[in-house]
Amino acid sequence: MSDSFDQISQQLKRRHRKSARLKYISMGALGLAAAFLLIFFADMLSKGLPAFQQAQVNIEINYTEEAATNGRAAVDPEIMSVVSRSVVRVIPLEMRNNPELLGTTQNRWVLADGPVDQYLKGNRVRLDDEEKATIDQLVENGKVDMRFNTTFFTRGDSKMPELAGIMSAVMGTVMTMIVTLAIAFPIGVMTAVYLEEFAPDNRLTQLVEININNLAAIPSILFGLLGLAIFINFFGVPRSTPLVGGMTLALMTLPVIIISTRTALRSVPESIRHAAFGVGCSRWQVVKDHVLPLAMPGIMTGSIIGLAQAMGETAPLIIVGMVAFIPDISASFTEAATVMPAQVFTWSGEPDRAFVEKTAGGILVLLAVLISLNASAVLLRKKFERRW
Amino acid sequence: MQTNQLFLIFCSVLLLLGLAAFFAGRSKATRVRASGTSMYAQPDQYAWFAVVATAGPAILVSALGAFVMLVMGSEIPTFPLLLASLVVAVVGLGIGMVLIRSNFHARQAIERVIVWTLAGAATISILTTLGILISIIGEALNFFQMHSFWDFITGTTWAPGNSFLAAAGRGDGSGAQFGSVPLFAGTFMITAIAMCVAVPVGLLSAIYMGEYAPAKVRAVAKPMLEILAGIPTVVYGFFAAITVAPFIVDVADFVGLDASFNNALAPGIVMGIMIIPFISSLSDDVINAVPDTMRQGSLALGMTKGETIRDVVIPAALPGIISASLLGMSRALGETMIVVMAAGMRPNLTMNPLEEMTTVTVRIVAAMTGDLEFDSAETLSAFALGLVLFVVTLSLNLVSVIMIRRFRDKYRVNNL
Repeated sequence: MSDSFDQISQQLKRRHRKSARLKYISMGALGLAAAFLLIFFADMLSKGLPAFQQAQVNIEINYTEEAATNGRAAVDPEIMSVVSRSVVRVIPLEMRNNPELLGTTQNRWVLADGPVDQYLKGNRVRLDDEEKATIDQLVENGKVDMRFNTTFFTRGDSKMPELAGIMSAVMGTVMTMIVTLAIAFPIGVMTAVYLEEFAPDNRLTQLVEININNLAAIPSILFGLLGLAIFINFFGVPRSTPLVGGMTLALMTLPVIIISTRTALRSVPESIRHAAFGVGCSRWQVVKDHVLPLAMPGIMTGSIIGLAQAMGETAPLIIVGMVAFIPDISASFTEAATVMPAQVFTWSGEPDRAFVEKTAGGILVLLAVLISLNASAVLLRKKFERRW
Repeated sequence: MQTNQLFLIFCSVLLLLGLAAFFAGRSKATRVRASGTSMYAQPDQYAWFAVVATAGPAILVSALGAFVMLVMGSEIPTFPLLLASLVVAVVGLGIGMVLIRSNFHARQAIERVIVWTLAGAATISILTTLGILISIIGEALNFFQMHSFWDFITGTTWAPGNSFLAAAGRGDGSGAQFGSVPLFAGTFMITAIAMCVAVPVGLLSAIYMGEYAPAKVRAVAKPMLEILAGIPTVVYGFFAAITVAPFIVDVADFVGLDASFNNALAPGIVMGIMIIPFISSLSDDVINAVPDTMRQGSLALGMTKGETIRDVVIPAALPGIISASLLGMSRALGETMIVVMAAGMRPNLTMNPLEEMTTVTVRIVAAMTGDLEFDSAETLSAFALGLVLFVVTLSLNLVSVIMIRRFRDKYRVNNL
């Protein structure tokens, strides 16, 4: 007996301590991941929430003769420096459309200039002390106020930060996603149905399967190169449009939809198929009337997740030219458009400091949409999932 | 505009013909049936058969015509083509009507068409892969005609320089050098940093969730990691550029090091965070698939829980874990937005992660967004880079699939 009882029990203690250490280290790893997530969301919220507020000025607009040609004449020159140029610019147009305005005076809350907005949010701006004093004075008089930023949600992109909004990108995203779903959903479901229910188990089928798994892991930027070379250069689809962007994203979403549809089809028990065959259904009737309806919740869940993935994708869209400056909101498949992540990317490249909060604000909108999409997918699964 | 209107007319005529086929087919089948003859299929099935016989060949002919027009480049005027398709549709309608007889298996005929359509949809995914290959290889070959393949693979200077002038007919573009080594060095450096973050955190999280965590923690942790996976890469890129990079510069300053704002560390770390869920979810599945008998055997021999995990569970799950890491690595290599936004533009061959570096994907984006002629060497170089990226990620994916298949066969699990 070389080891005494004490030594053995000490050794045992050491081993148990070591064992416990692994538990705490692994717990720490998960905590680290959670901490990343927390820091990330806190950072985005702190940067992005100010974008939903916008400084506005209460001004008096005198619709005089002179203002019909020169908008600047309508506003008190003293207050002019804090008003956004965009407000003054539209005054002549306004008067042309409503001639009865001539000679009247109106009190209105209008957009403040970008630097004023930034100054009030506490960011560093290039304003001299005199201008700052003017703004402080106006705030005290209640002439300048922070209000909810409707511009951000109703307008398209602009080079003036106070005018830039996300609406054109939202429209572009909607149009692109319509194209993506219209292509990827039917083809994806058809492929999955063929592979699960009809395909003979031969080399060709195996090739298709390996190929689909591979497509799911190919870098997204390569899909962009495909879109450029095949769709734009070969088929002549117009560049920068939701059509070409949607087609490119559809090819990327296809494997996601195929894989989730196959899982859903596989989870429908064989007994359902046997029963349908037993009453004389053909293979197609079994699939169409029994298997597909039962698998539908799973297919929908997978498609929504695929859609959310496509919605956040930027790289392939850059290659097919969907990162464009789009000031107008248009709902067309064949006109140049941009999408939400591409808008975020464009804004992040703007040198003006005010666009940082626009970028973060756009990110918050994008994340809100994506999280609600994913949450609806989870709810759908919870509500309709059947345990066989 | 003319073509669009023609196409619209074509579609509506075809629709009308299809409707006519449906009702004519059904009434004929009903009549035959009413006369007392027993039929192989229901009237509706005969009606659908008539529709398929009318529209199918017509659509095929017009699609074939359009395809020939695109591929061969030969001009087929649109109007005769559409007219020919409509004639085919009418002929198809006639044949369909003739075929509606009591001894004709309409249902089987329709179902054969359906199965072929489904099989056709399944080939789209193969066509996609082929499309990627053809488009990339084709343009890459064009590039390699201008610059030698050997220089591309081994050159250490990436300087497209004035190559775009050559395409415009000015200068000969001889000053341009396309040596991809610095790009790949940057790519692998950033990928390595990402893997250093993602593999330990992802694997340990998976171990905790699989072996220790109570059900409640699991129920929270899994969706939390899924959120991490669902954040768009452009958002990660913004986070890396605006928050992480300045932070790293500050820390480096504090310890007396000199860091660039476009350092490789920031995109690397953020990319690592992005990959954590890929590694943890697959590793978690694999760890759960290791049979419990192995754990019980090990515990029965007197091993502690930690020793069981380290010496029994992890080795058993190793093929799956490696497979997950390879998949994560292929993600990192092909990741674009994070590096475009946070890494540098300047090719730089260095081992210092605090310096500015660029990657393959950054150069692809730079070449594609510049105002360059499509035929210029710089634009085409993007396809050459894409080709290498495709080959590397494809081989990583294949190895990963083989590893996971080996694991699956060994423990007979079906859900991986």
